[in-house]
Amino acid sequence: MENFEDSIREVAEKLLRDKKVDLIIGYEQGTLPLRTTPCFVEKLEDVKKLVWNASCDANLSKYVVGKKEKVGVVAKGCDARLIAVCAVENQIPRENVVVIGVPCQGVIDRKKIEAKLEGKEVLEAVVKDEQIKVEGEGFEVVLPKKDFLCDSCHTCRHRNPPIYDVLIGEKLPQSTDKNEFAEVSSLESKSTEERWEHFKEELSTCIRCYACRNVCPLCYCKMCFVDQSMPTWFGKTNDLSDTMIYHIVRAFHVAGRCVDCGACTRACPMAINLRELVKKTEKIMKERYNYEAGLGLEEVPPLGEFKMEDSQEFIK
Amino acid sequence: MKNAEEKWEPKILAFLCNWCSYAGADLAGISRIQYPPNIRVVRVPCSGRVNPYYIIKALQRGWDGVLVSGCHPGDCHYISGNLVARRRFAVLKDLLEYFGIEPERVNFSWVSAAEGEKFANVVTDVVKEVKALGPAKRLVKR
Ligand code: SF4
Ligand code: SF4
Ligand code: SF4
Repeated sequence: MENFEDSIREVAEKLLRDKKVDLIIGYEQGTLPLRTTPCFVEKLEDVKKLVWNASCDANLSKYVVGKKEKVGVVAKGCDARLIAVCAVENQIPRENVVVIGVPCQGVIDRKKIEAKLEGKEVLEAVVKDEQIKVEGEGFEVVLPKKDFLCDSCHTCRHRNPPIYDVLIGEKLPQSTDKNEFAEVSSLESKSTEERWEHFKEELSTCIRCYACRNVCPLCYCKMCFVDQSMPTWFGKTNDLSDTMIYHIVRAFHVAGRCVDCGACTRACPMAINLRELVKKTEKIMKERYNYEAGLGLEEVPPLGEFKMEDSQEFIK
Repeated sequence: MKNAEEKWEPKILAFLCNWCSYAGADLAGISRIQYPPNIRVVRVPCSGRVNPYYIIKALQRGWDGVLVSGCHPGDCHYISGNLVARRRFAVLKDLLEYFGIEPERVNFSWVSAAEGEKFANVVTDVVKEVKALGPAKRLVKR
């Protein structure tokens, strides 16, 4: 990992020096343990701020959408896939972006660590050799990293960026025997009544802060449907019906585009499992249209096209 | 209460495309084919004109069921409006069901201008199924 960091800095420095890009978007150390924060480097002397570690969880493709200047961006597998999706949707001019692809070994889910520590505050953390050592007032524990990765990372099948201009390090072997749709399938096997109760409970704590939307690279609409007032499609309250509809419609909007980067789930302050909502859209697209988002630049999003022989078993 | 429930009749909002299904409904009418009077019709230019928001909004406003009907594939007046709509509806229907909305409340059909009888059958089926479910509760905003 450390040599990844060196390589990222080298690449960034070269891109800036050769004037290939005006800006590098990467990660720098955050002020809290296990935190990094997006880092925008324009000057050569700032290149040393760039870091790479298992806390580099922000989806940086979000910051590339709408940028006018030439940018170099550090991209994990999922970030690169979202750059591809946004490029296909004409939100990112591909030629303006240098994708610095990083084969990814998964990012840490801080909420899992918090849960494990039952609320004790982490004051220091070191990630080394597949282990996370966390320290706080009166405790010190070593946790196996693999048990504290994000759910999305556990079943990720695209750790290597499918598109990139520069690749840091070597590609990783692509293998996971885990079923990425296990959670969705188990919900599907329940009755509609049980599912309704499940989502009612899960979403009843939603405070409509829209962090899940704001963090998502696909939510680039100038005016989101929930903010519209002419007409006001749906209410802005956290009444259960309004909240449910916000989540149903947002899931619908990312259908065929979402790559399960996990950013929405990580961003939620109420620890709502948004993954089980958006993951369903991925499953629908796969089953109905044999489509997986973000694997190339020539793809047509499934809701942007049709075939005469599309499934229609649901039509009377 | 018992009495009120017995008297309850479902209300179904139907979006019918101008060129096929609306004409199909008309044919059912002029042919004097009987079907339950539980639907309220909104005429739209094409099934592709039906924004998923309309369907969700109807459920929020307390309609007990929604029906969207358009021309058969290949017959669309705008050539492919219904084919675009078909994908959109497929995803929407799967999603609503996943969130726990009873699938019988959200219906789609292809009815041509010559299918007055089919139109009557579709409406009869939808009304029967929604009746069996009882009044809509889940997405309704009180
Ligand atoms: S939720 Fe939908 S309307 Fe809102 S920003 Fe995302 S994609 Fe756009
Ligand atoms: S919906 Fe969530 S998981 Fe999907 S792309 Fe957006 S932030 Fe990532
Ligand atoms: S981030 Fe969480 S609390 Fe905020 S709107 Fe999304 S689901 Fe609701």
